[in-house]
Amino acid sequence: MRRLMLAAVLVLVVAVGCGTTDGTATTGAARPTVFGAASLTEAFTDLGGATFTFAGSSALVTQIQQGAPADVFASADETNMQKLVDAGLVETPKVFAHNTLEIVTGSGNPKRITGLADLDRAGLIVVLADPSVPVGRYSQQVLTKAGVTVKPRSLELDVKAALTKVTTGEADASIVYASDVAAAGNDATGVEIPNDQNVTATYPIAVVKATAHRTSAEAFVQKVLSTRGQAALQRRGFLPA
Amino acid sequence: MTRPPRAVYPLAALAVALFAVPLLGLLWRAPWSAVWDQLADPDARTALRLSLVTSLSATVLAVVLGIPLAWVQARVDYPGRSVVRALTTLPMVLPPVVGGIALLLALGRRGLIGQHLDKVGVNLPFHLPGAVLAEAFVAMPFFVLTVEAALRSVDTRLEDAARTLGASPWRVFWRVTLPLVRPSVIAGAVLCWARALGEFGATITFAGNLAGHTQTLPLFVYVKLESGDTGSAIVLSLVLLLVSLAVLVALRDRWMKAL
Repeated sequence: MRRLMLAAVLVLVVAVGCGTTDGTATTGAARPTVFGAASLTEAFTDLGGATFTFAGSSALVTQIQQGAPADVFASADETNMQKLVDAGLVETPKVFAHNTLEIVTGSGNPKRITGLADLDRAGLIVVLADPSVPVGRYSQQVLTKAGVTVKPRSLELDVKAALTKVTTGEADASIVYASDVAAAGNDATGVEIPNDQNVTATYPIAVVKATAHRTSAEAFVQKVLSTRGQAALQRRGFLPA
Repeated sequence: MTRPPRAVYPLAALAVALFAVPLLGLLWRAPWSAVWDQLADPDARTALRLSLVTSLSATVLAVVLGIPLAWVQARVDYPGRSVVRALTTLPMVLPPVVGGIALLLALGRRGLIGQHLDKVGVNLPFHLPGAVLAEAFVAMPFFVLTVEAALRSVDTRLEDAARTLGASPWRVFWRVTLPLVRPSVIAGAVLCWARALGEFGATITFAGNLAGHTQTLPLFVYVKLESGDTGSAIVLSLVLLLVSLAVLVALRDRWMKAL
């Protein structure tokens, strides 16, 4: 019993100890915590210099509204950023990148999909992103433009989840960002959507007002907007701001 | 009976607070005036109905397969029994999302077995049976453990008496053993159902998320929260909370005894 108590106390001490070291590490010019849209995963990771959380933009907005310790927020659309602007939770956002949509199919396009019109083909398993996340709403827009009605088998909660359903072979096709098709490499094949049917995704970035690391947060935003940051984004398939 | 020393009470109270405070948060933020509107939302109704169908199906599956498993585990001494027990208890401690990935790699369209199922037209991901399977995977251990424990505590002399009077093993099981453990079978099934009703990680990973097909109530709550509709998320969280609480209150004695 005494040994058990000792172990419990030890665990407590270690836990508290970790907490303190963490606390001192995050004060001063520390790495900012960046909440980024899922599609930014590869580009931001290349850029580095921050602790990242990637998820659907709308999920990140909810988390920031609930007081999550984000220093910077980068959204895949202006709608979600505007929610935080309206709530007075972020500084003035700056647009740092654009993206277009692409159809993603299994490696080598085994179902021979040539365009949006093929996505309503019987027997084809299509998943889309949920309309609550930016890519889901953009997908609805391109399908409407093309006059195609798709019956998705699942509505995924961020673009990477939709992409994974295709790369694992569970689904035959999905609509994702061009940058995500590039990120999937050999695991997927993209089918371009013509300009007259496509939409342009706009990516704004802003410092969260409640940040405790304003200097490093602002530095990260500057880095994203810098020549180096822009080059990192374009290497991953994004379009310049 | 020795009472614990005074220093124990504050810690025990802290433990209670750890469970109670989050629930208070939920009640505090609940949009009470809009509860009925939220519950009348057709999408919420669809999710609720789907949750009932999948969780009850998962429970039936757990009972049909779980009783034989518990029976063998309680009464047959074979090498590797503890390994089997560990294997069939694993989902209780495994992160459900890991269970979902495992199910996908085994039963998905490109999976170990799934690729053959696909050829004969059986598709589990994105379909209701997939959601049922994910829920059964996570919830069945609760049923098996409860029933197995009960079978172990049965007075085997009653079974022996029935057998010496000429009853077959089947008859002994149906007429003597099963009636003796019936409270635990019910308790285990209800507990299993409650766990299946709350299943999230394995379901969304394996079965996907589509209203009316695989979007169960916990998935609906998550999507609502993600899209900023916290009111709806809170009201439906309360529904799930109420059901879980009712189950535990109803079972408090039986579940304790079974363990």
